[in-house]
Amino acid sequence: MKKHILILLTGISLLSCNSKSEETNSTGIEPKTKVETVQIKGSETVLPLTQKAVEEFANVDSQLKLIVTGGGSGVGIAALLNNTTDIAQTSRAIKFGEKQKIEEGGNTVKEIIVAYDALAIIVHPENKVSNLTREQLEDIFTGKITNWKEVGGEDLKIVPYARETSSGTYEFFKESVLLNKNYLSGIMSMPANGAIIQSIKQTKGAIAYVGLAYLNKDVKAVHVSYDGGKTFIEPSFANAKNKTYPVVRPLFYYYLGNSESKVKPFIDFLLSPTGQEIVDEVGYVDLR
Amino acid sequence: MFRKLSNRFIKQLLTFSGAVTGIAILFISFFLFKEGAGLFKTSTIEKGYVLIVHSANPVGKLSSHQIKEIFDTEITNWKAVGGKNQEIRIFRIDDIFNEYSKTEIGENYEHLSEKLAEVIQKNEGIIAFLPHQYAPINSPSVKELPAGNISVSDYFLGKEYLPTATPAPLFGVLPLLFGTLLVSIMAIALALPLGLGVAIYISELADERIRKFLKPVIELLAGIPSVVYGFFGLVVLAPIVQKTFHLSVGETAFTGSIILAIMALPTIISVAEDAMRNTPRAMREASLALGATQWQTIYKVVIPYAKSGISAAVVLGMGRAIGETMAVLMVTGNAAVIPTSIFNSVRTIPATIAAELGEAPAGEAHYQALFLLGCILFLITMVISVAAEMISKKKNFKPV
Repeated sequence: MKKHILILLTGISLLSCNSKSEETNSTGIEPKTKVETVQIKGSETVLPLTQKAVEEFANVDSQLKLIVTGGGSGVGIAALLNNTTDIAQTSRAIKFGEKQKIEEGGNTVKEIIVAYDALAIIVHPENKVSNLTREQLEDIFTGKITNWKEVGGEDLKIVPYARETSSGTYEFFKESVLLNKNYLSGIMSMPANGAIIQSIKQTKGAIAYVGLAYLNKDVKAVHVSYDGGKTFIEPSFANAKNKTYPVVRPLFYYYLGNSESKVKPFIDFLLSPTGQEIVDEVGYVDLR
Repeated sequence: MFRKLSNRFIKQLLTFSGAVTGIAILFISFFLFKEGAGLFKTSTIEKGYVLIVHSANPVGKLSSHQIKEIFDTEITNWKAVGGKNQEIRIFRIDDIFNEYSKTEIGENYEHLSEKLAEVIQKNEGIIAFLPHQYAPINSPSVKELPAGNISVSDYFLGKEYLPTATPAPLFGVLPLLFGTLLVSIMAIALALPLGLGVAIYISELADERIRKFLKPVIELLAGIPSVVYGFFGLVVLAPIVQKTFHLSVGETAFTGSIILAIMALPTIISVAEDAMRNTPRAMREASLALGATQWQTIYKVVIPYAKSGISAAVVLGMGRAIGETMAVLMVTGNAAVIPTSIFNSVRTIPATIAAELGEAPAGEAHYQALFLLGCILFLITMVISVAAEMISKKKNFKPV
């Protein structure tokens, strides 16, 4: 019996020794290469851009270790509030209440626009309608126009799809196209861009919006007019870049004023010409 | 001596882990209810903002629903909400920049408040939605509309769910509740006959080799991730439903309940089958010896004996259907309206929580409303599992 206890005790002491030696090891290494970690959290829309940029950034600067996670714009800002992330990536501007909460704690929030994302209005490929004005879109998504006949199409019920109520894309579309009016109550909503494309492809009367990068030949993108029907602009990267296409939204990075020195190298990298090339590669519109 | 010691140690370890689990569960439910109940202490108007009208306006209070209709320009005259016959003018903070230049307002918005006061003074029909810090509350021509707290009846009896509407979000839970119940009850109605049939086949009719193959395969179905079911539902099932019933959309409550039925089947089959196989051999043999056929034995002896087990299977399957998140999120279309037919699109409680919690601003009304939805779901599933527990304990078949 005593033997057992002895073995147990030595085991425990060995274990504790091990952990101790590890500790000394890690502290021994630290002064030589001081690696700082930066957490980036937030929007799923910005996520692919950040991931790509972080990969490229690792080749330039090895002093800064970046950890990127998604979760949504709201999650990113909540994490910034709780100090569990250094940068919040969002596809919507910070809300007044959120900003106030951070400033109550004596901090300041810094906002950087890192890229632009154009939204395309999409319909079923067999739909004859290919031009819509902002006013028509507003009426469709608020439920005043319910048949394609009313906007020059065939006699078919309009089925509008939106993104989830809390997504940044949903908010932006509401502000820009619906001029802050609410969507029709009981609008169909889909959790992701991929699911939206799938639904539009399957539903003849459907209409929805997705990021330009998600466009494919399964759906038809509608030309949009913001000047009451004088000019209809095709959603394309070229048109988004020369600012003729109207449905374009900024993508943001938010960070706290006191962590500026820590996050600056990465943000500077993303804003540099190399960084902005990554923006193009990923399928967003760069700042130039 | 050592064995005794280790026995006691293991016993304590088990007690400890039991206690930890219990505390964790209590803690989680406490957290859930605490966050949820916070909603009724939250103002109906978005945090940090105020609603302001001209002091000559007799309207003293507006409900969330009225505010929504005014800002959606569905109500355009003050008469409709008990005021004078006067056109309503909606004013948001950004509109000030159309009326005054940047220099007039000042670099750091130092004159913003007075300019807002001027605008309000000029327009008697105005309703302004402004950040609290810039609102000219002290100006004589300005009246602040008092914002009450979100009321319990608005939440539980509200028919509109618009959690991100500004200035006043609407959190009516009825469409979500009806959606959840419709989808899960229909799922059980589809899964029950099928599941019982398969359970009877496996436990009574199939020969040993088929049984040994079929049972693990069915239990494997429970292991498929629900996103896969959801994607299957969206890509394969929704178009089929749409074509067969000539609908304008394929993502309906019906599609959702088919997917849920498929997902609840393994639970129902395996619990019901276990219950049937627990029928004592002596009873079966006695029945057969009396000259009953195999079929008579099944429905006169086996099924009545396994009744409580079968009911438990149904209730457990229902629990699975009600709590399911991802698959429903993808196939039901998520339209927050009270369903009038099984071919309507519906939005369920779990799908709503899953879709919105990630983006809801932490600690604010929307976030709390989602936690409260969690509480409702928690209560529903608790009632169901308590029912399952009671049913499976009850033995209403007295052995002879």
